[in-house]
Amino acid sequence: MAGTIAIRITSSGSAAVKSAAASEPAWLRRTLIGITLLFLGLFLILPVVAVFGEALQNGAKAYFASFTDPDFLSSIRLTLFTAAIVVPLNTLFGLAAAWAVARFEFKGKSLLVTLIDLPFAVSPVIAGLVFVLLFGLDGYFGPWLLKHGIHIVFAWPGIVLVTIFVSFPFVARVLIPLMQNQGQEEELAALSLGASGWQTFWRITLPNIKWALLYGVILCNARAMGEFGGVNVVSGQIPGLTNTMPLQVEEYWDDYKFVPAFTLASLLVGLALVTLALKEFLEWRTRVQIERSEKLAQDVVERIAA
Amino acid sequence: MAIAFKKRSVLPGFGITFGFTTLYLSLIVLIPLAGLFVRTAGLTPAGIWSLISTREAVAAFKLTFGASFAAALVNTVLGPIVAWSLVRYRFPGRKLLDAIVDLPFALPTAVSGVALTAIFSPQTGWIGKYLAPLGIKTAYSQLGVFIALLFISLPFVVRTVQPALADFDPEAEEAAANLGASRWQTIRRVIFPAIMPALVTGFALGFARSLGEYGSVVFISGNIPYRTEIAPVLIVSELNQFDLDSAAAIAAVLLVASFAVLLAINVFGWWTQRHLRVEA
Repeated sequence: MAGTIAIRITSSGSAAVKSAAASEPAWLRRTLIGITLLFLGLFLILPVVAVFGEALQNGAKAYFASFTDPDFLSSIRLTLFTAAIVVPLNTLFGLAAAWAVARFEFKGKSLLVTLIDLPFAVSPVIAGLVFVLLFGLDGYFGPWLLKHGIHIVFAWPGIVLVTIFVSFPFVARVLIPLMQNQGQEEELAALSLGASGWQTFWRITLPNIKWALLYGVILCNARAMGEFGGVNVVSGQIPGLTNTMPLQVEEYWDDYKFVPAFTLASLLVGLALVTLALKEFLEWRTRVQIERSEKLAQDVVERIAA
Repeated sequence: MAIAFKKRSVLPGFGITFGFTTLYLSLIVLIPLAGLFVRTAGLTPAGIWSLISTREAVAAFKLTFGASFAAALVNTVLGPIVAWSLVRYRFPGRKLLDAIVDLPFALPTAVSGVALTAIFSPQTGWIGKYLAPLGIKTAYSQLGVFIALLFISLPFVVRTVQPALADFDPEAEEAAANLGASRWQTIRRVIFPAIMPALVTGFALGFARSLGEYGSVVFISGNIPYRTEIAPVLIVSELNQFDLDSAAAIAAVLLVASFAVLLAINVFGWWTQRHLRVEA
């Protein structure tokens, strides 16, 4: 959904204004800030603190003891394995889609862009369900797959498919508006100077979009590693075999093993916090890049005018 | 072949990128989703109705839509306050809070679920155990479902309203004040109309997201059929009982509902843009 991934290019907060008539009385200002602190503190800060607090409730030794559980480690391996397949594929797709959409005019373009967004509108549980309907025992291809001994549902290929589905739009959604905005003049110039298509892509396009591309990749990765509802449906939750990190958190939780559950969860909180920090950094980089190119354009205009 | 429907361009690579895009999209998204509707369409209308009108399903739909609506509504009240404070005021921790507003997007939903349960569980919860003696059960109740959805849809309104507020020209406020408007009048008549479209969009996005939410709810709700079981949890439970037709029918209802909400957002966006252009 648009709100989830639009790069915030405007800086959050214009410099303070202004006369007393156009500002709020101090008591109201304090009340509004108070509500903000209370609401965000309760719903954003406290959950993060709670995960680490619960994970460390029996001390650091118990925290690190969880790392020796084979199921704990295998869930980390499966999550990394899944992300290692999903993120490159969706990045490749994002680049291809952005190139086709932002560089060419063709019929049905807006329909294509809408369809790329579709997975954001689908509940993760339904994303899992559709693959069970296709490849499950009672699904369309189930009997055929069974006959040929191919396992998709209740095995890693199903987990990978669902994860591709749910993290599908991120890279494309970041790149398409950016590349549309940048226009194709630089690429046309490179081609007319004799560069090949690949040279143009590597030397012109990629440097121009690198920060936004990284931004999309990071969001895609966070979504891929954190997926729960969809993989929950297709994984069959076999400990040590088809449990990703979020699924293993649930496994521990259901077994009342709260320390390992929160220890594993704390790693995912760490991932989320790193993602947010990188996101801030990349938004800042993108903003700087855009401001610089705008200033450059303005200088040119002024020089021509003079 | 591609040339038939596309404008000529000297840039290379249309065939391969367009081909890969549509192939990948079809294989991963379109065909699997179509499978869901084909499965549902294979049933008779009466058959579909009997699957989605069971007492359990109706209770799940009511809770899902009701709690999603309530959560989106509360966020539509609190979201602008948060956005306003972050954009207009300077206070310690502002930058950190601004960065962390997106946490519900970045945090795996299962982690949100266990974290919220750790806070709100009536027996051992950090806050829940103090609320339980007062008769307020914040987990394993419908209130718990609401809390989880409030968390998961928190960023939508804030992040749609924030840029609208940041882009808002302070001179319009000054002008209103100079013309004798009170601060309240200025907020109501000048600022509010400017952020109104963002507010509606944020509400609808949050609502649509909440409809399909699973991970953050499943831990805190207790999943008691007829009482605290949401529709996505019911889908999983039907699947676990190998009742694929029921799961598909309930999923189709949920999917159509979220598509309808998102379609409404697009139509609304198109309408406001046209409307504003006419005014300008």
